[in-house]
Amino acid sequence: MRSVYAIYRKEMGHYFVSPVAYVVVSLFFLVTAFMFSQYLRAVVEQSFEMGPDFDTPSQLLRAFLGLLALLSLFFMPMVTMGLFAEERKRGTMELLMTSPVRDVDIVLGKFFASLTLFVVMLFPTASYVAYVWLHSDPAPPLRVLLSGYLGVLLFGGCLLALGSFLSSLTESQIIAAVLTFAIFLFLWVISFGTRDTESVFGQIIQYISVIGHLDDFERGIIDTSGLVYYLSFIGFFIFLTVRSIDSLRWRRA
Amino acid sequence: MIEVQDLTKAYGPVTAVDHVSFSVNEGEILGFLGPNGAGKTTTMRVLTGYLPATSGTAKVAGFDVTTDSLSVRRHIGYLPEAPPLYPDMTVSGYLDFVLRIKNVPAANRRARVDDALTKTNLGDKRNELIKRLSRGYKQRVGLAQALVHDPLVIILDEPTVGLDPKQIIEVRHLIKGLAGTHTIILSTHILPEVSMTCDRVVIINKGKIVAVDTPQNLTTQLRGAQKIHVETQAPEKAFADLLAHIAGASSVKVEPARASGRVTATVEAGAGKEIRNLIAAKIVEKGWPLYELRGVSLSLEDIFLQLTTDDAAHAQASNN
Repeated sequence: MRSVYAIYRKEMGHYFVSPVAYVVVSLFFLVTAFMFSQYLRAVVEQSFEMGPDFDTPSQLLRAFLGLLALLSLFFMPMVTMGLFAEERKRGTMELLMTSPVRDVDIVLGKFFASLTLFVVMLFPTASYVAYVWLHSDPAPPLRVLLSGYLGVLLFGGCLLALGSFLSSLTESQIIAAVLTFAIFLFLWVISFGTRDTESVFGQIIQYISVIGHLDDFERGIIDTSGLVYYLSFIGFFIFLTVRSIDSLRWRRA
Repeated sequence: MIEVQDLTKAYGPVTAVDHVSFSVNEGEILGFLGPNGAGKTTTMRVLTGYLPATSGTAKVAGFDVTTDSLSVRRHIGYLPEAPPLYPDMTVSGYLDFVLRIKNVPAANRRARVDDALTKTNLGDKRNELIKRLSRGYKQRVGLAQALVHDPLVIILDEPTVGLDPKQIIEVRHLIKGLAGTHTIILSTHILPEVSMTCDRVVIINKGKIVAVDTPQNLTTQLRGAQKIHVETQAPEKAFADLLAHIAGASSVKVEPARASGRVTATVEAGAGKEIRNLIAAKIVEKGWPLYELRGVSLSLEDIFLQLTTDDAAHAQASNN
């Protein structure tokens, strides 16, 4: 546990001493702020046409959470690309792997650090949502807001776990970032053609797709199947990362 | 402290280390000597738990490197060929991180960092970012990293690479100072380094151990032939003729010297035979001026070349 913390602390230092965190966080802040105001206007205009039955705050929240998920697809590869690729390239992996820390400690420390950075990225966006929530009448249930953010966090966690695995496979940060983006995008769009099918195959594809499970969270439903999906996705790729680190010892360095 | 038995490491079809056995006593400095690609780094990586051995066993501080890797890693400090540094960290921040991953309790960390900085002469760079340091300083930070947690065994892969001559002397001093309380293995292809710092030398070539001994013994033992250097003023042909007829001279090489008219010769003689007096007498007899006559002691360099090239010749012979 102490080793996990040591790695975590080092990674946080790396994010916040180098420009990585500032660039990523401020860009994310800028884009989400701009998009939020656009969404707000669009949803309010729509509500005038739709009449009093239209649930304006919920519509806005769902659209905005979807946007956060989409944006994290663009931003997370930048966060994870260096996790292991950089250590391998610099030779510092040799220091970590000859120190009394287990491979799993290294992977978890890095994963939690990148997850913390994601939380820092999401933090300012919560203020816009809180603003709308305070000014809506009737206010949507807090549960929806919280479960929505939990969904986005889990979704981001999947991206980070996949990203760290891919980063452990290569010494090139660019390859790691591009692969993370491409594979996750594939897992996202895989369900587009099967949305209305009833076949078993269609349902399997629906389940595999990363985005489908987010809908429930955005509606305020914490569904076990979604929770299991996201947590096992994260667990699976963390496991693969640990194996991949271990395999470095067997390959010609 | 370190026991290596029949250690073999193969990368697919290439055998980098081939049935290597040696041991290092507590407090000893062992030099690992060999040309590039001899298997020095691979052996060290196996000892540090970075690479698994293909076969054979290695024990460090009583723990097996394969079955008890974490315990081994707790007791070693390791400086790889390229110092493993994080450019964004300060020197002291980096050493603190190293102490944390080596499981050193918080109460001792400050003192340990200070101690390592003093030992490696980095006191005034403590708050400098590592990326702003020159190559020599980076190498020293790497060295500080290997000893900061006061490990039983310190493994250094070419610790003086990239340092200027003054720093090299400092580092050798530092390494010598660590002996006694620490067991040290260092690899190098710089020969004087071995004779100056190490208690014992392992010469390794093509993955195999060619010789294990003290630097002194290696020099005397292998000095089978003694070399004699002569400089005089004489016709080249006549001079060569004269030397060839001296009893005991086994090989004669005559070359014109830099100063005009003079010639130099290198004569090899069997061990224990003194032929310098014979040479002197003959030259005086001829009436030539004798400018120089001295025995050349075989340096570690010669021995090293002899051992490693002999081995190559053997390999070639067995292939044919």
